[in-house]
Amino acid sequence: MREKILTFIEKNSRIDLNELAVILGVDETAVMNELEAMEREGIICGYHTLINWDKAGVEKVTALIEVRVTPQRDMGFDKVAERIYNYPEVNSVYLISGGFDLMVTLEGKTLREISQFVTDKLSTLDQVLSTKTNFILKKYKDHGTVMAPRAKDERIMMA
Amino acid sequence: MRNPLSKTITTIEPSGIRKFFDIVSEMEDAISLGVGEPDFDTPWHIRDEGIYSLEKGRTFYTSNAGLKELKVEISKYLDRRFGLKYDYNKEMLVTVGGSEAIDIAMRAMLDPGDEVLIPQPSYVSYVPCCVLANGTPVIIELKAEDDFRLTAEELEAAITPKTKLLVLPFPNNPTGAVMEKKDLEAVAEIVEKYDLYVLSDEIYAELTYLENHVSIASLPGMKERTIVINGFSKSHAMTGWRLGYACGPEVILKQMLKIHQFAIMCAPTTSQYAAVEALKNGDEDVAMMRGEYNGRRRYVLKRFQDMGLPCFEPFGAFYAFPCIREFGMTSDEFATELLQSKKVAVVPGTAFGACGEGFLRISYAYSLDDLRTALDRVEEFVTELRENNG
Repeated sequence: MREKILTFIEKNSRIDLNELAVILGVDETAVMNELEAMEREGIICGYHTLINWDKAGVEKVTALIEVRVTPQRDMGFDKVAERIYNYPEVNSVYLISGGFDLMVTLEGKTLREISQFVTDKLSTLDQVLSTKTNFILKKYKDHGTVMAPRAKDERIMMA
Repeated sequence: MRNPLSKTITTIEPSGIRKFFDIVSEMEDAISLGVGEPDFDTPWHIRDEGIYSLEKGRTFYTSNAGLKELKVEISKYLDRRFGLKYDYNKEMLVTVGGSEAIDIAMRAMLDPGDEVLIPQPSYVSYVPCCVLANGTPVIIELKAEDDFRLTAEELEAAITPKTKLLVLPFPNNPTGAVMEKKDLEAVAEIVEKYDLYVLSDEIYAELTYLENHVSIASLPGMKERTIVINGFSKSHAMTGWRLGYACGPEVILKQMLKIHQFAIMCAPTTSQYAAVEALKNGDEDVAMMRGEYNGRRRYVLKRFQDMGLPCFEPFGAFYAFPCIREFGMTSDEFATELLQSKKVAVVPGTAFGACGEGFLRISYAYSLDDLRTALDRVEEFVTELRENNG
């Protein structure tokens, strides 16, 4: 049941509990209990909203920053990752295989704000060897959702 | 001037859905629950394969019976999913949708006076196809109390010495009824007893929610009496590609191939290449869509329960078939008023045969949001009717 619930709410977290129970063909209390349990266990980490900020007319700049670091004795990459993810302006931090170590996504209001963060805070960390900042120019698809208006239903209405 | 028309064609009524289509297409903000095709786009990898085949310049006829590569895949698929074993060389024909297969099967099998048993409510094309093939349609009226399944008793009662063919339309459009193995076994016994043939329209075979679809052709002794019709429209959301197929005894398929050859030549080439991909790598898409429909099915059923409209639980296709007899209106009147006052389009049960009177076909091939909005309006309508009748 957990997987069923998660698969559904991953795409639609706003669904009414009663409706969700009907759709999954299970008892409403059972769904509620599972949801609470999964929140407690940290399986469900939050309920976010996917926003197309471009359309909202709000200026936002997002950067993907490739970071090469020196891992620390006994800590590996965890310690340096922590130092980075604790900054609230950092959106995500992933450990990556390949040509660099950490992928940091950063959201800011302006290019300047982001470059300031990179030069002042990120690059100055002892363990950081180098950074490479990639700015996102356009989001086509995010979280499995195409950032375009929903296509009109073109089916013949009665068939 | 002489009458340009054949007597046969002028006796055939146009589809009962048509009238509503004309009204709906005039309305600006109507919501429809009348669509008979999936709301999903064809999965991208399948479309991509179609595009690729065009890029490669595969724009020629295929052999009449269909691409060998596709027929091999169909044969593997039918075995994998339904335990059906067909020789792709002799017992299979790729057609322009399931509808062409229905037409040419009847034309290949019927002589004037042959009676064809057609259970109703069912898809609108069986009767016209039968008439155009010079057969005589004999309607078997399915009942809500049997969950719209065909019983052996009903079948036997309709048989005459002229009966040749039984149309078996399950999972059913418009009722959503399915036939389980035990139901099919009872029917198969009668079919053998009276030496009949079966035209089993299994276009909704992938959309069952109780257990896996059982094909009557998989029962002992039935393969040699059955034409199985299936296709890609409902299972892989490929309605516009116009691609289906028929499988059955070589002796019948050989004649069907002749009609197909002279009337059609071959099914669309691009669609055939796309369908190869659908069968090779599409099982997960089918399962995903089935899961989506199943959730909506439960939702729709619950809504009708809450409205107090009797609706048996449909275990197949993507339709619910609620009963509106309590309002003392015909299905047609109910649907017309619902459309005019609440701008929700549904199909009256009578479009699928006279015994559909008192029922509506509700399609749940819509997003949950659309279903919610439309069913809210239906609920308002039903509440108002009850208040007025109070």
